[in-house]
Amino acid sequence: MIREGTLNIVILCLLVAVPAYAYVMNEPFTITLATRAVIFALAGVGLNLALGQGGLVSFGHAAYFGMGGYAMGILASHAQNYDPIFDGAFLIEGTNSMPVIWVVAVVSSALLALLIGALSLRTSGVYFIMVTLAFGQMFYYFAISWPAYGGEDGLSIYVRNQFPGLNTLDPIQFFGICFAILCLVLLFVDRLNKSPFGLALNGAHQNEERARTVGINVYKLRLVAFVISGAITGLAGALFADLNRFVSPTMFSWAISGEIMIFIILGGVARLFGPVVGAAVYILLEHFLGGLSDYWFIYLGAILLGMVLFAKGGIIGKLAKKETHHGG
Amino acid sequence: MADSILRVSDIHKSFGALKASDGITLDLRQGEIHALIGPNGAGKSTLIKQIAGGLRPDSGSVTFLDQDVTRHSVAERARLGLARTFQISALAMDLTVLENAVLGAIGQRGSVFSFFRPAMKNAGLLSQARAALAQVGLEEDEATITAELSHGQRRQLEVAVALTLAPKAFLMDEPMAGMGAEGSKALTRFLQELKHQAPILLVEHDMDAIFACADRISVLVYGKIIATGSVDDIRANPDVRTAYLGEEDAA
Repeated sequence: MIREGTLNIVILCLLVAVPAYAYVMNEPFTITLATRAVIFALAGVGLNLALGQGGLVSFGHAAYFGMGGYAMGILASHAQNYDPIFDGAFLIEGTNSMPVIWVVAVVSSALLALLIGALSLRTSGVYFIMVTLAFGQMFYYFAISWPAYGGEDGLSIYVRNQFPGLNTLDPIQFFGICFAILCLVLLFVDRLNKSPFGLALNGAHQNEERARTVGINVYKLRLVAFVISGAITGLAGALFADLNRFVSPTMFSWAISGEIMIFIILGGVARLFGPVVGAAVYILLEHFLGGLSDYWFIYLGAILLGMVLFAKGGIIGKLAKKETHHGG
Repeated sequence: MADSILRVSDIHKSFGALKASDGITLDLRQGEIHALIGPNGAGKSTLIKQIAGGLRPDSGSVTFLDQDVTRHSVAERARLGLARTFQISALAMDLTVLENAVLGAIGQRGSVFSFFRPAMKNAGLLSQARAALAQVGLEEDEATITAELSHGQRRQLEVAVALTLAPKAFLMDEPMAGMGAEGSKALTRFLQELKHQAPILLVEHDMDAIFACADRISVLVYGKIIATGSVDDIRANPDVRTAYLGEEDAA
């Protein structure tokens, strides 16, 4: 057993070492795989705040992932067609600036999470899982049937969006952007988990009645956590769309919600780096098992089953002892 | 009544045909321990829930600190200083003792939505939590994970968390349950000091403990208070003897 903090640093180093090696060896595909892992990790960090810290098993986080993706797709497609989004009393134009797209993705997925959270947090347990799943699917079918932005075929963006001072089409530079965002979000979530807000969220997860009887408005607390969680996953969606230069309704599908949840279960529920490890392992499995057989999900299923039965804390839980907040 | 901190007025609550609260009126005065006794199924839990806010009465009102709180949520009542302890310890078991107490301080200060300063490095929260732990004698165990505490220590922690709320009144649901004779005696002495800080509405089955520490006793039978008075009044009351204490003798 090693300290979780040490393990986290090792994970970050590995996450940089793989694409750095690939860069030297001139293997851009490996860099793209690493970028995918980082973006999935970010989506998982978002869900982990609700699921791990808050105990809110959302099976509909694809809604925010897709929202972020479409925020990118819509803004960028209008920009590439020189076609304003809204031309009336005032003018809203598309953009291919990443920072602007990120802000729009974060704000729109936060608003969506506010709406979905406000309704679904009135339920709990299995009902909560089902309601969040239903909302996710609602957006999936909406995206399929809405012809303005590609419908079922999705939207292709021909050129990757711009970031001041960087060449975003260079795989290693785009990886750097995604990695930097992941690190910043991890820092933010770590602060959040240790703050009074995080302690209250964790306390309400362990004992809702207790949280109420010390004067905590549990509904409001969870709603705020849910909104932050959705916003982070939405940001990941925007980056994912930029990685593929393509957005489609698949981003809204329940399979994506399930994948994001798998990252967390593989890596370790409620562990800061759980989704990071989980996403990286998932990408590795997808790459190697997927090469062996089209039915690689069967192996993934067996691995997941083994994790749930024999390693409840996920990979991080197997390797590191849980650190209490109170280290003295 | 001027010195009444908490007042329940003519509360009714039915579940189908069952009248769990049938016109209950009750008050808790400054500096007293008011014990609520009654046989199983008398409606004690239902009454406690209505006072704490988990259940809304069909009619009647709950007044706390001269404020009508009948429509207030559990959390709102707690922030006003209504501190509840549970029959079965309701604690965050994976958190440390100190973290559980800090949780109380966070709720009391309404600092739930502060996102950046670490809770366990916030001097204000820590001193409030440690003061409460010291008062119940748990200061040595602050770093222990709550799940590892003994039954008696969990009860102490329950009270400590209640103390972090700057309580104006305590609502205690069977604090003596499973405590053993020694623990029960110690807790009785502790409650007698505690009542000067804030009055205590005590639901308890341990009659010896109640007779030893209660200032007033109310007897609840089938959703009705059949008598309220001092220990001696209640002991002497013939209705109480047949309805409740007689049952105890027979058991």
